[in-house]
Amino acid sequence: VENVRLLDRLSSRRAVVGTLYLTATHVIFVENGSETRKETWVLHSQISSIEKQATTATGCPLLIRCKNFQVIQLVIPQERDCHDVYISLIRLARPVKYEELYCFSFNPKLDKEEREQGWKLVDLNEEYNRMGVPNNYWQISDVNRDYGVCDSYPTEVYVPKSATAHIIVGSSKFRSRRRFPALSYYCKGNNASICRSSQPLSGFSARCLEDEQMLQAIRKANPGSDFIYVVDTRPKLNAMANRAAGKGYENEDNYSNIKFQFIGIENIHVMRNSLQKMLEVCELKSPSMSDFLWGLENSGWLKHIKAIMDAGIFIAKAVAEEGVSVLVHCSDGWDRTAQVCSVASLLLDPYYRTMKGFMVLIEKDWVSFGHKFNHRYGNLDGDPKEISPVIDQFIECVWQLMEQFPCAFEFNERFLIHIQHHIYSCQFGNFLCNSQKERRELKIKERTYSLWAHLWKNRADYLNPLYRSDHSQTQGPLHPQIAPCNFLYKFWSGMYNRFEKGLHPRQSVTDYLMAVKEETQQLEEELEVLQERLANLQKSQSGDNKVKSKQQDRSKQIGLYTSNNSLANTPQEYSNDLKSFPSRSPSQGDEEDSALILTQDNLKSSDPDLSANSDQESGVEDLSCRSPSGGGCLPSEDSGKDSDEAVFLAG
Amino acid sequence: MEFAELIKTPRADNVVLHRPFHPAVEGTLCLTGHHLIFSSRRQDNAEELWLLHSNIDSIDKRFVGSLGTIIIKCKDLRIIQLDIPGMEECLNIASSIEALSTLDSVTLMYPFFYRPMFEVLEDGWSSFLLEQEFELLSSVTNEWRLSCVNKDFSVCPSYPPVVIVPKCIDDEALRKVALFRHGGRFPVLSYYHKKNGMAMMRSSQPLTGTNGRRCKEDEKLINATLRSGRRGFVIDTRPLNVAQQARAKGGGFEQEVHYPQWRRIHKYIERFNILQESFIKLVEACNDQSHNMDRWLSKLEASNWLTHIKELLTAACLAAQCIDREGASVLVHGSEGTDSTLQVTSLAQIILDPRCRTIRGFEALVVREWLQAGHPFQQRCAQSAYSNSKQKWEAPVFLLFLECVWQIHRQFPCSFEFNEQFLIMLFEHAYASQFGTFLGNNENERAKLKLPQKTMSLWSWVNRPEELSRFQNPLYEANSLVIWPSVAPQSLQLWEGVFLRWNRPSKFLEEAEEERINIIKYNKELQAKVNALRRQLAEMETDEAQQEP
Repeated sequence: VENVRLLDRLSSRRAVVGTLYLTATHVIFVENGSETRKETWVLHSQISSIEKQATTATGCPLLIRCKNFQVIQLVIPQERDCHDVYISLIRLARPVKYEELYCFSFNPKLDKEEREQGWKLVDLNEEYNRMGVPNNYWQISDVNRDYGVCDSYPTEVYVPKSATAHIIVGSSKFRSRRRFPALSYYCKGNNASICRSSQPLSGFSARCLEDEQMLQAIRKANPGSDFIYVVDTRPKLNAMANRAAGKGYENEDNYSNIKFQFIGIENIHVMRNSLQKMLEVCELKSPSMSDFLWGLENSGWLKHIKAIMDAGIFIAKAVAEEGVSVLVHCSDGWDRTAQVCSVASLLLDPYYRTMKGFMVLIEKDWVSFGHKFNHRYGNLDGDPKEISPVIDQFIECVWQLMEQFPCAFEFNERFLIHIQHHIYSCQFGNFLCNSQKERRELKIKERTYSLWAHLWKNRADYLNPLYRSDHSQTQGPLHPQIAPCNFLYKFWSGMYNRFEKGLHPRQSVTDYLMAVKEETQQLEEELEVLQERLANLQKSQSGDNKVKSKQQDRSKQIGLYTSNNSLANTPQEYSNDLKSFPSRSPSQGDEEDSALILTQDNLKSSDPDLSANSDQESGVEDLSCRSPSGGGCLPSEDSGKDSDEAVFLAG
Repeated sequence: MEFAELIKTPRADNVVLHRPFHPAVEGTLCLTGHHLIFSSRRQDNAEELWLLHSNIDSIDKRFVGSLGTIIIKCKDLRIIQLDIPGMEECLNIASSIEALSTLDSVTLMYPFFYRPMFEVLEDGWSSFLLEQEFELLSSVTNEWRLSCVNKDFSVCPSYPPVVIVPKCIDDEALRKVALFRHGGRFPVLSYYHKKNGMAMMRSSQPLTGTNGRRCKEDEKLINATLRSGRRGFVIDTRPLNVAQQARAKGGGFEQEVHYPQWRRIHKYIERFNILQESFIKLVEACNDQSHNMDRWLSKLEASNWLTHIKELLTAACLAAQCIDREGASVLVHGSEGTDSTLQVTSLAQIILDPRCRTIRGFEALVVREWLQAGHPFQQRCAQSAYSNSKQKWEAPVFLLFLECVWQIHRQFPCSFEFNEQFLIMLFEHAYASQFGTFLGNNENERAKLKLPQKTMSLWSWVNRPEELSRFQNPLYEANSLVIWPSVAPQSLQLWEGVFLRWNRPSKFLEEAEEERINIIKYNKELQAKVNALRRQLAEMETDEAQQEP
């Protein structure tokens, strides 16, 4: 469709005209305009809603909201075209078969072996070994070999050694969807563990001997402690209501030596509505400070984030400081339980704060334990009541921790944002389906690629420059403030206003420090070469002409290298590149802001790989760490790198 | 010495000091004329706390049996608690502190007694003279002149002795204009935008009154800054109805009939007690650790503090935009021209002028646009957020300005030579200091108090290399461009460094700052090493080349 206008949400005057294309996988908008022809790509799977608004004199407006919080407003001249686009998108955005998803057609040009290598990057067996299991207390159980006991659990589950197959199966029959207590995290230092399950089918008075033995076995696996905590992450009222349906929670009297605890995290419906309310606030056109803060409070979003964090903190404290094992459950044990277990693990174990460890953590607590990615993130057309930002909340918890502990994480904010993006994008197979069983049946590993390999390949973009593996913040458990931490939770504009670059800091400290660190590394290498040459030169005072001429050759090349280096990487150039634009706000309440119309549209087309974005604030994008194309790599930097390599080969 | 009379109990033993995030310590409390000194006797880790009496905003006392407790709330927002055994001692100490922290004579303040323990390399009192500023200006334009019309403070008591005005306006005309402006504050040059020759001026409101008085000289003065055929903007920091009401009291605004080349924009900025109340509410919310998430956000909202920040930044952006983007000259004023006016003109300069983002440039800005321009620091900063006095003239005007600078700094973290600590330091010294810089309400009062002769300037201390290094931003790279901040609510944050400073653990954030410094430092060291080696190699190679036949 031609002559479509893409509106800038912030200022209607900044609309651009271009052509809209629909492909099998993407919506593509290409700007008219001779030089730049900026492109905006949106994957169909990212589309969360399409809204056709009333036709106006200028055309028919179409509003596309995306799951990665991008909002696109188009105006299509002909009502008929608009309707066609609308109908097509509604169909395209709601695939009914897995095979329609992008990951089955996406090909990053890797051969079979590379694909297999990619899937092997994260290996959960290795992870359990790293934790120190199997050992004297814990063993791998094969009761779920063919998903015979629980179809949403993985085949390999770690359970206490004293829990026989009979106990496991018995316990599974007493638990919602047969999700019996299994090991999530084991603390090598003091034998305390975090186990997870679903709610017991206790109703008002039912008991199950095997389930009681199961909990007993978990306690025995930690000889240093004479009780375990059972943490029900639901609000007490919800748990009590469940009793009427024959479900419920553990009665302390029936289980020996448990301490039972409610932690009121709301259910997926409350969370879905809360996000919805918060996004409405983010979408407000020029909100006042009060509108914004009031709306943020009213959405309850940060309150929910804090509840999840508090639960994680409670469990981490029990494990690390009291040395007590914890069994966590909610209703089915795949949403709140996953959130809480992974937050607690992250607080406890510095490994999960590394890039690789974080991938492992998501693979362990979310993917393998049957978090229903397909239902929660609406990959296939399904029940809208199943959709809820469960893992988004976990990712935000991580970000909030990063803000409090800037040196504790190996990865940066961009890493989190890109993971969130790909949970919805369906470009990689990792998050397809609702369980390991379904993924095996679909042969995901043979037919799609792994996101982890993709992120790992580009890990340089995702590093936190402040991270040092020998820094005190990277040792041992993190202890976030518990009591007065309300005001430590902040609105995450990098995520929820991700595509409104104008709202973000215009200079990224992370990118700046990364550039400095890269330069430092090159300097280190050069220093080595120079020292070697100096030593050689001093030796060659004896007068070997051949050696000398060789060295002079090299010195020329090094000269080339250094000039490249200074061109490509000096921070000076970094900040000289800054082009500033007035933000939207000075224009408010004042008509004379014609000067606001941008003239320097030197936009580069965004990376289709990430189905990226409409970037309104041109020029500053090189500085923005949120650039979805993976950061502000200047082209000159790349060419500089190439010649560096050549130099070092020659040397 | 009269201080001795005020100190009823100079010393108390077995006092326990409580501070947030520190274990309680036992020690000895001493009171001197200007300080409260607490020192712990623990041998392993001797600790001393020196607190200026003038930093104390309010004190509360309570008793449990014979154990008295004094809670001291400071102007820098810190709260400390002292447990003092003995009711009488405690009462004595409390009343002494109360008396010493509310001395009413300026000349009894600590700056008049402070003797620096450092060598003065440069006298801060003469570091930033308007004459030097003018010299820089005259290298790019000859349209302005220095006027000494106010040399004895008779034309405008709150202006400095010298001001910069358009060249074509003589002193006689200035005197007439002064009579037409509130408090004699006639339009003077605040900032000259070299890029396009546009000027930003500031003044107070014109005294048009209800019958629309006019002053030809005033019109001529501000028209002198316009290019022929171009229009200028008057930014009035009051809403239109307030400006209209001001006419009844003899004030007013520039009317179109008499100023046809000027377009008036009303950009409302709150002042005085509204700001002070907002400040008090915000600090209350930050200190209340009991409430849940929702209450915290609604209290933050109810304080309106961030709304004021947003309004102020928006007005400053607008002024900067008029100058840089519209290529127009600007006149900024409110009523008196000593508060919101200065906030706008100084923030606009942060946005427009890269020099103001350096340490020295920022100091010069504070001197020029706040101290010399007659912001009444002594009145505004007499009390902070814990005071109950509710005086009309107390208001966190300067703090709001500093916070706006911080907000811009946060959005352009590599464009400022100074760091957050520098801004916090200025906040502290504006409210309580050993230096004389922020004493008095204007240059006239400072001259009468003989501050330059009798007290030490803050700048003499800050600009020593040892101190400067603490205030440098490791990420700074000179950025010659205009920087446009975003004023959307999503882009503005609470200034934790000030408001949560005593309520949150800062260790992890400090460690992060240290890492940043180390990364940059290591890089610079390597650069130096590589350069030295390169030079050495080049020399050796030329030597060898010469030796060769």
